[in-house]
Amino acid sequence: MNKKALLKKKLLGTPYFIWSAIFILVPLGMVFYYGLTDRTGSFTLENVLAISTPEHAKALGIALLLSLIATLICLLLAYPLAMILCGQKNGRQSFIVLIFILPMWMNFLLRTLAWQTLLEKTGVINSILNFLHLPSLNIINTPYAIVLGMVYNFLPFMVLPIYNALSKIDGNVINAARDLGANPIQVFMKITLPLSIPGIISGITMVFIPALTTFVISKLLGGSKILLIGNVIEEEFTQASNWHLGSGLSIVLMLFIIVNMLLTAIFDKDGEGSFL
Amino acid sequence: MKKLLCFVLLPVFGLSLLTGCGKSSAENGEVIVYNWGEYIDPETLSLFEEETGIKVVYDEYDTNETMYPKVEAGASAYDVICPSDYMIQKMIDNDLLAEINLDNIPNIKNIGQQYLEQSKEFDPENKYSVPYCFGTVGILYNKTMVSDPIDSWAVLWDEQYADNILMQDSVRDAFMVALKLNGYSMNTLNEAELQAAKNSLIEQKPLVQAYVIDQVRDKMIGDEAAIGVIYSGEAIYTQRENENLEYVIPKEGTNVWIDSWVIPKNAPNKENAEKFIDFMCRGDIALKNFEYITYSTPNTAAQELIEDEDIKNSKIAFPDFSQYENLETFQYLGSDGDALYNSLWKEVKSE
Amino acid sequence: MKKTILQKLYITLIFIFLYAPITTLIVLSFNASKTRAKWGGFTLKWYGALFQNRDILQALFNTLLIALIASVVSTIIGTVACIAIMSLKKRSRAIVMGVTNIPMLNAEIVTGISLMLLFISFGLRFGLGTILLSHITFCIPYVILSVMPRMRQMNPYTYEAALDLGAGPVYGFFKVVFPDILPGVLSGFLMAFTMSLDDFIITHFTKGAGVDTLSTKIYTEVKKGIKPEMYALSTIIFLTVLVLLLFINRVPAEKDLKK
Repeated sequence: MNKKALLKKKLLGTPYFIWSAIFILVPLGMVFYYGLTDRTGSFTLENVLAISTPEHAKALGIALLLSLIATLICLLLAYPLAMILCGQKNGRQSFIVLIFILPMWMNFLLRTLAWQTLLEKTGVINSILNFLHLPSLNIINTPYAIVLGMVYNFLPFMVLPIYNALSKIDGNVINAARDLGANPIQVFMKITLPLSIPGIISGITMVFIPALTTFVISKLLGGSKILLIGNVIEEEFTQASNWHLGSGLSIVLMLFIIVNMLLTAIFDKDGEGSFL
Repeated sequence: MKKLLCFVLLPVFGLSLLTGCGKSSAENGEVIVYNWGEYIDPETLSLFEEETGIKVVYDEYDTNETMYPKVEAGASAYDVICPSDYMIQKMIDNDLLAEINLDNIPNIKNIGQQYLEQSKEFDPENKYSVPYCFGTVGILYNKTMVSDPIDSWAVLWDEQYADNILMQDSVRDAFMVALKLNGYSMNTLNEAELQAAKNSLIEQKPLVQAYVIDQVRDKMIGDEAAIGVIYSGEAIYTQRENENLEYVIPKEGTNVWIDSWVIPKNAPNKENAEKFIDFMCRGDIALKNFEYITYSTPNTAAQELIEDEDIKNSKIAFPDFSQYENLETFQYLGSDGDALYNSLWKEVKSE
Repeated sequence: MKKTILQKLYITLIFIFLYAPITTLIVLSFNASKTRAKWGGFTLKWYGALFQNRDILQALFNTLLIALIASVVSTIIGTVACIAIMSLKKRSRAIVMGVTNIPMLNAEIVTGISLMLLFISFGLRFGLGTILLSHITFCIPYVILSVMPRMRQMNPYTYEAALDLGAGPVYGFFKVVFPDILPGVLSGFLMAFTMSLDDFIITHFTKGAGVDTLSTKIYTEVKKGIKPEMYALSTIIFLTVLVLLLFINRVPAEKDLKK
């Protein structure tokens, strides 16, 4: 490709680069400013180091654990689903994909409240179980309910990118592999899976990150008994009005962008891609 | 694939046509009101517009704390806001409020003297605020699910109600309960007293079904829990929906809170704001609001207009404060005080 | 075939999982009792009340308008940006993608408050405009994350071949690249639309007085209990979209037939 064309392509990014400079980087700068100063405005690392206090470290640990579990479950549920969707006829595909985004058109808070109605001690599911003389399900206000809420709310974020990546795979490649004697497992391991990795990575990012920072789900489904790092940050801003500490803890969370980037780099062996 | 696009765009345009966008111009300017969500009878707003020709621009917030940064930063200028006691004090401390000219609010005569007295705890000269609603915090319990009569915060530490207790999920309210249980002031900054309260809360945690704010109401109505800490205004509503519920103010004392109208310094329409506050203090209007939101009104004219004898004499809506001891109103404790409470609360929550 | 039955069963199970809460909400919209915790008999009164409620209808209009503009603009900016990002060197690409991830990673309240401070320092008037700016900001990353995988799987030489054969860059893009990345663009658009529809916190801090979206209305309602009209509205939105979807799906697409 000649240099001029390359330059032109780069120029196409200008609106976005300017946009992200103003609306992402400048606000980010403000977060860093608050996070690295105290009330008097002098520099301090205290707000960032506050993550090591037992309360904060525990909140971060639980948040990491629960969001990792939720991401893993999403991946395990979404991958077969995306494969099935790809196997459908062309006309049906888009229809079914939309069916899976449709629930997101109901407000997030309303949907999560609805889970409360379903899961509660006297809720819908337990009424049905009672009616059938089955033991009741007691997961409301426990970590299980939080994971369930995460999986429910973020599953579409995992399905869509994987589906996108899978539907892009050239059917002829798979047929060729079959003709050459590969069994279904080999086809999957050698062709489908590697080619869908960009989708998987982007799905993981899109599920893991919102799950890590959520606070509404743990409030509504966890009965606020389990403190996640998102709750801590939210409360610093809303209840304690301590923007400095809240920002400092947010900076710590940003380290996970970097971790995320490094992990992606490892998976991205051929170097053709980036950090999706 | 184009049809995917149609799928999104069609309903959007369809619905936009349906709803349209109507803005009426006002003859006498406007007043920008910033109030709690669902905290006013919308009919009173229309009445105000009709009578005065002033257009009401109405905006809502969900907590004092989300309201504060918006007003402090001056993102939008509001004319009238309705914060709670300690937040009013914080706003006075930070020089965000304008003095209200009470000459323009003749209807303030309707506000009971005792409530103006109470207001002095956060607004010492009654210069900045006009009470709108008040209430207490107490225990709501389900008569069919408890064995003994309840009159003390101690019941929230009773092991027979394990997993049947709903606690308030906000720092000051939770600490209020624990501090009162231990016999301390709920505005204390004494380290030892706060440590004792914190230990009580940690001890209580295994018994708590959930820490909630607004969910108490629905959960109690649905028989999810036996005991909950709740605001008195909600108690009247929940009783209407579930007759087994009973509200009590514990003997150790509690929080008497007041939400009052205030005018911020940067209000663009201060005169209209005063007209609005005056209108809200009118007996018939205050009555309408009381019947709509069920939070107690400090408006004596409205109290007399109530037709339903049960409500008029309700101990929940209009308790006789002289019967209770240790009633207090929250005060702003300064940023250091806030930080102290908050770090202790985090220790409780992360246990 | 055994396999298709298994597949159908799997889809059905996930379907139930996704739609159980939706069904609950729909049922609640017919609940005569005002609280979600109690069933008070069947009623249609909330639907009548909904159409009397100018506030909710205005909020609905705002929500849809914002979501539509924000998703269109962010889809255009995002897709174009993807082309540019692909042409960057590995390291600069990594930086750009890192920056792109920030709005998704930051706690929403941090993004919300920092955007509010930014708009104040610009001296902007808070209203629909500021909401739009912030919605576009947090929608773009979703577009980029959906388009990039498509873009990366694309064969870069087809576009160059088109250019060599005399196609202009714009023509070449729409003829060769665009059809290939279209599914990604569309799912990015849909994602942006839904994210904008759902956002509360960022909207709260960047909106002006008297401008409400459905989310801000719903959140403030939590204080006094969600009004059943909201359930009714959600049900209507949901059914409208569903019916449209079924309808569009029934009309055989000529394009598909030609294939």
